[in-house]
Amino acid sequence: MSRDKILAVLRENQPELVPLPAAMPLARVEILELQAKFKAMAEGIGSTVHLVDEFASIEPLIAARFSGEKRIVSTVKELVSAVIPAFELHPDPHSYADVDVAIFKSSIGVAENSALWLTEDQMGTRVLPFITQHMVMIVPLSALVPDMHTAYQKIGEAGYDFGTFIAGPSKTADIEQSLVLGAHGPRSMDIFIYA
Amino acid sequence: MSTTAKTHPELSEVFNKDEQRVNWHDETLWWIRQKRDKSAHSIPEWEVLREKASQIKNNALSNLAEYLVSFEEKALANGIIVHWAADAQEHNQIVHQILQKHDIRQLVKSKSMLTEECHLNEYLEKQGLEVIDSDLGERIVQLAKEPPSHIVLPCIHKKKEEIGDLFHQHLGVAAGTSDPQILTEAARVHLRETFLTRRAALTGVNFAIAETGEFVVCTNEGNADMGAHLADVHIACMGIEKIIPKRKHLGVFLRLLARSATGQPITTYSSHFKKPRAGQEMHLVLVDNGRTVQMGREDFRASLKCIRCGACMNTCPVYRRSGGHSYHYAISGPIGAILAPNLDREKYADLPFASTLCGSCSNVCPVKIDIHQQLYKWRQVIVQEGYATSGKKMSMKIMNYTLSSPGVYKTAGKAGRWVLKYIPFAVNNHFNPWYKQREMPEVPKESFGEWYKKNVK
Ligand code: SF4
Repeated sequence: MSRDKILAVLRENQPELVPLPAAMPLARVEILELQAKFKAMAEGIGSTVHLVDEFASIEPLIAARFSGEKRIVSTVKELVSAVIPAFELHPDPHSYADVDVAIFKSSIGVAENSALWLTEDQMGTRVLPFITQHMVMIVPLSALVPDMHTAYQKIGEAGYDFGTFIAGPSKTADIEQSLVLGAHGPRSMDIFIYA
Repeated sequence: MSTTAKTHPELSEVFNKDEQRVNWHDETLWWIRQKRDKSAHSIPEWEVLREKASQIKNNALSNLAEYLVSFEEKALANGIIVHWAADAQEHNQIVHQILQKHDIRQLVKSKSMLTEECHLNEYLEKQGLEVIDSDLGERIVQLAKEPPSHIVLPCIHKKKEEIGDLFHQHLGVAAGTSDPQILTEAARVHLRETFLTRRAALTGVNFAIAETGEFVVCTNEGNADMGAHLADVHIACMGIEKIIPKRKHLGVFLRLLARSATGQPITTYSSHFKKPRAGQEMHLVLVDNGRTVQMGREDFRASLKCIRCGACMNTCPVYRRSGGHSYHYAISGPIGAILAPNLDREKYADLPFASTLCGSCSNVCPVKIDIHQQLYKWRQVIVQEGYATSGKKMSMKIMNYTLSSPGVYKTAGKAGRWVLKYIPFAVNNHFNPWYKQREMPEVPKESFGEWYKKNVK
């Protein structure tokens, strides 16, 4: 069997065990500095960042911004209204092919690269953050961390089935290195950070 | 691919016929290299990160068998079906059998250099299956019936007008279109249709985690996710060297990967697949294809640390001026020139010579592989084993002799400088393959040794 053959040759050929290095030292950064850094990074990769004082002011902003779109779904329970319907789970992922705007809440935002962590429970269904034409992310200021090491420290042993870091709208630069937003996934990403 | 019998110098000559294209290719890649530099310099602890990455990979390789066993155990517990393939042939058969079992004749694929290495597309197409590559760059070269010329930027060698022609022929775009925005939109529509109609999706794997049995796929376009989350069957294929010990180590690698590749702070999507979606079947194929043998070659073992960022190609003066296809192997550039002779010494004997040994590749490599030193070592192996051409054998012998004897090195340096100055045609002729397309360097007035003696007391 190939499995045993591969393992046998490996055991014979691999070098003597070398130890793992010590963990990366983590820098401590002020929370406001994190917000500025996160915003600068996000805007640098094509996202739009809105800083709001309270959660309640987000809904009208989204409603106004996407008033022309047909199908909007919100996976954030507290962010459902007459114009923003709640996400409903359908077993067939193809049924989300016509979603124009999808709204999510992330619990980790990484300042050094503006990546936002989402797990399957927060997505409603796995395909949604990819198949939607536009994406909205809601992040509490307290969710911001300086770097990837802190992010994984926060994720810890968490038992998700699927999780992803998302940094900005879908993009490609395959044609003569010209940056084009909206390759297969969302064409835009709006991020709301609330205190 | 009609290029298999030709060597790197012959194939570069084809690429070098169009001087303007060579200059454009060179400048584009150098621009990406500069973006990498800017991005790396924005991280004060960059060198610490590289060192950590290198050490984590050293540990992973030194304990790979145990990590693989642990990964398999966790992945199985997570509900992933795990397969092992000794070589390319077995890998292709496993993928084919999974598709047959579900009676699926169409596959949508995201980027995987491993499947390029195994020639999966050709294999499946011969069995009458249809394969569509969903990474835009890969789709473009697929339409052109070419292999990718770069591991991160598969169609970096193509001009937008050529892509416009391809899209006109295959996707019905108006003739003469060359605007990247319009072309990307056309591909978006075409591939969305593909994603929505395929029942099976294949993805590569960037990192697999021994501790948790999950695997991570990084893309900018989101094509791996579109395919995997819509399909009933998800097949992920990986070389066995992609294992890292713990989830938290991703913190190190995700910081390095995109910055080294394109200068981005992170790829748009870094997706962690741990369990199949409800109702979905998830397969993972672990592939050896020469890796266990390379593990036993002490001099070349470190090449298994590669995370496929492409930085070594972007910086390589030879790659930039000869194009990826001249390497006639799935993985081009400096790292490809180390990996290829591991699989077939005779067929790829030319590749370790496609380097100036300037060391730029080793300087940018995020996992600190001693790339240029390994290229030099391959040259010696290839000469000793008798695969080198006679011209190369002679110059290798002289080089060996010169470098191993300081006295001769000094004299040879002097002589070299004298030759370049007074009889330049002795070097600038067609016996020196690197003279083609370029001027030889200006001769320094004194050697480094002479300068050092004068200036450093
Ligand atoms: S050898 Fe190093 S620089 Fe080259 S692709 Fe691999 S990781 Fe990147």
